[in-house]
Amino acid sequence: MKELFAILIGAILVENFVLSKFLGICPFLGVSKKTSTALGMSGAVVFVLVMSQAVTWLANEYLLEPYNLEYLQTITFILVIAALVQFVETVLKKLMPPLYKALGVYLPLITTNCAVLGSALIFVERNYTFIEAVVFGFAAGLGFTLALILFSGIRERLETADIPEAFKGMPITLVAASLVSITFIGFAGLIIG
Amino acid sequence: MSILIPVAVVSGLGLVFGLGLSYASKVFEVKVDERISAVREMLPGANCGACGYSGCDGLAEAIINEGVHPSRCPVGGIAVVNAIADYLGIDEGSIDVNVARVLCQGNCDNVVFKYNYLGIEDCHAANALAGGMDACSYGCVGLGSCKKVCQFDAIIVENGLARIIPEKCTGCGNCVAECPKSIIKLVPVLSGFTVKCNNHDKGVIARKNCKVGCIACQRCVKVCPSEAITMDNNLAVIDPEKCTNCGQCAEACPQKCITNTIVKRFK
Repeated sequence: MKELFAILIGAILVENFVLSKFLGICPFLGVSKKTSTALGMSGAVVFVLVMSQAVTWLANEYLLEPYNLEYLQTITFILVIAALVQFVETVLKKLMPPLYKALGVYLPLITTNCAVLGSALIFVERNYTFIEAVVFGFAAGLGFTLALILFSGIRERLETADIPEAFKGMPITLVAASLVSITFIGFAGLIIG
Repeated sequence: MSILIPVAVVSGLGLVFGLGLSYASKVFEVKVDERISAVREMLPGANCGACGYSGCDGLAEAIINEGVHPSRCPVGGIAVVNAIADYLGIDEGSIDVNVARVLCQGNCDNVVFKYNYLGIEDCHAANALAGGMDACSYGCVGLGSCKKVCQFDAIIVENGLARIIPEKCTGCGNCVAECPKSIIKLVPVLSGFTVKCNNHDKGVIARKNCKVGCIACQRCVKVCPSEAITMDNNLAVIDPEKCTNCGQCAEACPQKCITNTIVKRFK
């Protein structure tokens, strides 16, 4: 239990996917303009991360490792994640139309998100068990959510701030992103367990 | 032989997922109104968002579910609007799509030249030299600047005069903004008759410079039964709102600068 808690806090704060590992930067900058879209994207990321962690762990354990095919991890994981997301989308459309509408375009978007593939490759590196891998995926998703919501709040403020002409738009966004990232370095010394 | 194992694993995974997904799409199929996909097929498919919806899918849904008129799509043009209106059995008369029209007929045979232009092929460049080589300072320069900005190949330059192919024109307005002489106007699709001249000179000068220019004789104004034609500074202008496409003005015009484009376009 203690290990799981360590993984949870570690993935959210200490090694935050967006702000410390720099994974999933594309949606971090792309959909963080409004808190509402940020929430939609985060929900989809948490959802897909948990599911993909479970499936990729199984694929790794029972398909790749028995035949010493670790070098095929990247391509297999991408294949598995893409198929899974497509399947989940089809099922959601039929069984849970409200959720399908809420996740909307974000669901297929994160198929190719590097945070999803990244977390799959990380659990292999660390030899996580099935439960640990799923918790790690969940925590990574929460960390992504935290970063996205924090940042969307900052960006909404930036909209009305008095910014020098040359910095308007993407430049000030990138400066703000790096500052947020620096603050998360503060968690680096935190060792749990 | 051991190379076959990874091949089998990856291709096997692909096969399983492929079959699984196609099976899932059958089992979890959501019935979509088939009219939506039919309308979606008829729309241009550019997903440009000019209609105000997220893409062609969004507009197709809105046309079926919310009763939005197909003319909301400014890109498809008349052909698309008519096809969808026919398919849905709704009135196509309320089309408010615009097409661009060159208000000039001054080609090389009709207009008198002031000088011989040998510069670069650009209307703006020629226009900077004393307003172009045509004696008529209002008319088409004919070097095809509009053609260059048209993304739909709807403009051809024939004999020193730009002509717009109405079937291809989407009414995007690129050429209207580009033309240094501002002789391209957007007019409603259903208005057939236009005064194809932009010359505000007095009749004598207009006639001297161009064989087909408006000479402000006002015969069309007198003959028009619906009072749709007014004189704007020596140039007859037809108000498409009032015009009933009766064609009397075109018959009366001694310069033949009022022409009918609706017949060519629809039938």
